[in-house]
Amino acid sequence: MCLALPVKLIARDECDRGIIEVGGVTREISLALVPDAVIGDYVILHVGYALTKLNEVEAQKTIALFNQMLDEN
Amino acid sequence: MQYIDDFRNARIAKQLAKKITTTVIQNRKYQIMEFCGGHTHALHRYGLLKLLPPQIEMIHGPGCPVCVLAIARIDQAIALSQQPDIIFCSYGDMLRVPGTKQQSLLQAKANGADVRMVYSIDDALQLARKNQQKKIIFFAIGFETTTPPTAVAIKIAAKENLKNFSVFCNHVLTPAAMRAILHTSSEEKPVVVNGFIGPAHVSTVIGYQAYADIARDFQKPIVISGFEPLDLLQSIYQLIELINAANPIVKNQFTRAVTATGNQLAQSYITEVFSLLDQFEWRGLGLIPYSALKIRPEFSSFDAEKLFPLHIEPSEEHRACICGSILRGSAKPFDCKLFATVCTPENPLGACMVSSEGACAAYYTYDRLAYVKQIKTTKA
Amino acid sequence: MSNKLKPRKLDLKSGRINLTHGSGGKAMTDLIQQLFLPAFNNPLLMQQHDSTCVPYSNRNIVVATDSYVVSPLFFPGGNIGDLAVNGTINDLAMSGAMPLYLTVSFILEEGFALSVLNVIVKSMATAAKKANIQIISGDTKVVEKNKGDGVYITTTGIGSKTINFDIHSSRIKIGDRIIISGSIGEHGIAVLSQRENLQLDSKLQSDTIALHSLVQSMLMLGPELHCLRDPTRGGVAAVLNEIAQSAEVGVLIDEVTLPIQDNVRSACEIFGLDPLHVANEGKLIAFCSEAAANDLLSIMQQHPFGQKAAIIGEVIADPYCFVQLKTSFGGERIIDWISGEQLPRIC
Repeated sequence: MCLALPVKLIARDECDRGIIEVGGVTREISLALVPDAVIGDYVILHVGYALTKLNEVEAQKTIALFNQMLDEN
Repeated sequence: MQYIDDFRNARIAKQLAKKITTTVIQNRKYQIMEFCGGHTHALHRYGLLKLLPPQIEMIHGPGCPVCVLAIARIDQAIALSQQPDIIFCSYGDMLRVPGTKQQSLLQAKANGADVRMVYSIDDALQLARKNQQKKIIFFAIGFETTTPPTAVAIKIAAKENLKNFSVFCNHVLTPAAMRAILHTSSEEKPVVVNGFIGPAHVSTVIGYQAYADIARDFQKPIVISGFEPLDLLQSIYQLIELINAANPIVKNQFTRAVTATGNQLAQSYITEVFSLLDQFEWRGLGLIPYSALKIRPEFSSFDAEKLFPLHIEPSEEHRACICGSILRGSAKPFDCKLFATVCTPENPLGACMVSSEGACAAYYTYDRLAYVKQIKTTKA
Repeated sequence: MSNKLKPRKLDLKSGRINLTHGSGGKAMTDLIQQLFLPAFNNPLLMQQHDSTCVPYSNRNIVVATDSYVVSPLFFPGGNIGDLAVNGTINDLAMSGAMPLYLTVSFILEEGFALSVLNVIVKSMATAAKKANIQIISGDTKVVEKNKGDGVYITTTGIGSKTINFDIHSSRIKIGDRIIISGSIGEHGIAVLSQRENLQLDSKLQSDTIALHSLVQSMLMLGPELHCLRDPTRGGVAAVLNEIAQSAEVGVLIDEVTLPIQDNVRSACEIFGLDPLHVANEGKLIAFCSEAAANDLLSIMQQHPFGQKAAIIGEVIADPYCFVQLKTSFGGERIIDWISGEQLPRIC
């Protein structure tokens, strides 16, 4: 059950509904599983629900690790 | 796409492939099972298998909830959709899967049942609100990624007193399935899976600690991998290192989304709405104890099986089907007599062909050329 | 005293189709006279016979017919009427023909709003005018409520081919280059985004357009141009597989060269779709000799409908007739026909 992707939260209301954006496409989703998500957060989207927040610090670390491999060569 | 494209860089992929090639021990064989069907799909879609050294054999695991759903459950879904005044909602994946007599939900729709594809269970809730005179049944399938949304939806239905909404529950559990594979492989056939690539998004919900017992009990390392191709390559690299060092621990590669304990709110919703079934039939794997969920009595008014009790005949697999062995990793799709002859994605006879994540479907859709060449060489 | 009946004015704002509009009587005449004829107005059509005579000369007459049953009828960038005109024009253009005339037949559902039909018909008129073709014959039928999807449209196109070489899969050779005229997947995603359950806001428009003027400029290349196809239902994957089978060749596509807009890519990611399987309505795929590929690309890029044209692959020898993809990773996989109807996935 893995078709999920990181998307950016661009709007939300008090009732755990939010609007996300990815690559120019927007959609309304549920924030019931990540109620403390704020505008600007990245979340993992699956079947119309945010499953968890993306840890951007960790994401950048992983990206940096990968980019290091290019420099190593 | 932010945080997606960064993990799809081809040049970095080549570097990772080099690292893997220099880390494998020359005369050793590594049998690695990627549990999750989404990972199987990604491996084939990006052509990653060709980048791996010949010492590595990727075995496609049963983490495809469409594939492992028993035929009788599909028959039950079809029967439910044919009850009067029903709107039967399903994810797209399930619509084409044939039950007994090769009927599918799509065919039931063609014959007059009101079957609707939805992207989210919220769409089914909305249909229930808008169609008070109809009964809406949602076909819930999936591992722990999809279970929390179902739990939330049932809670919403209870709060709003949506009397016409119910769920046909077929949610299954990842750790139980992993145990079942390893359990069989150590007692019966000597299938040696050296280590696992663990699922990405299931793990965001259950946390990577959920696999610790398995790694310890069976002495196999597990690396939880992100979903993108660079994640997979890096995870395979990390797993090779762990296998070489005989270090049977759980490692988390998907640090940007997976934590030790996962999404505890989501887990609490699951335990609030569902409880464990004693056993559940998995297509190709047989009965597995404590591997699936049922709706708790407090929410029984949203349980489609209670609301619409039906008698369904047990079903049988095709005699020549070897999906069970393929799901355990002891056989490959090419080994099956039916593969690409009688059994194709248009006419799937077994679990591994019914969904694009199944091992046979993935090979057929993406790698059939290698199979055809192999057949021609054997015949020549 | 005249036998001529006074025409009753159609209520184009709030009137509805009923079964009498298809029965051949007065109501049908009103519909034709007041809705179809003013929109498609031209002398050939005004002959109003069962069939229409057209001037004939020593040219190859090219004919194509297609039916349009798209649902929803309206989507970002167009409606079923646009498809019905542009789609059949494109069929003619894929043979290297200059489209000249269209016939159109409507199957209307009882209860369908005349105001909606009027919009569709006006779209068809605009598309026809833009493409410089005439609609010269037509037919109308009405079916009972719930026996149709609002409206189905069938168009038959007639064109003339003046070039002295064939544009056909039989001319394809090993080594030929494959060129796409622009970015892929826009029409399919635009239609999908309108489906109630998917609620996607992608700001994507269908790419429906008539391609014959692009083709006319491409014909200047001469016989180095071997084959043209438009990747509609089943997407690029369907066309490439059909060609591989009919020309008995293999195809190798380079993933990094495929032009795909970001929002198409994202929508496909969210729903688990492969852009190669998504329908296009304003793109073509050309097969030409290796030597002429850069020239053809240049010609296409200078045309407004070919600005994003790109060479995406080549024809190779392959006894098994597979379509292969070199992935952006340097890996390989095959591109298969789409299996059944394309449905969004969750896993």
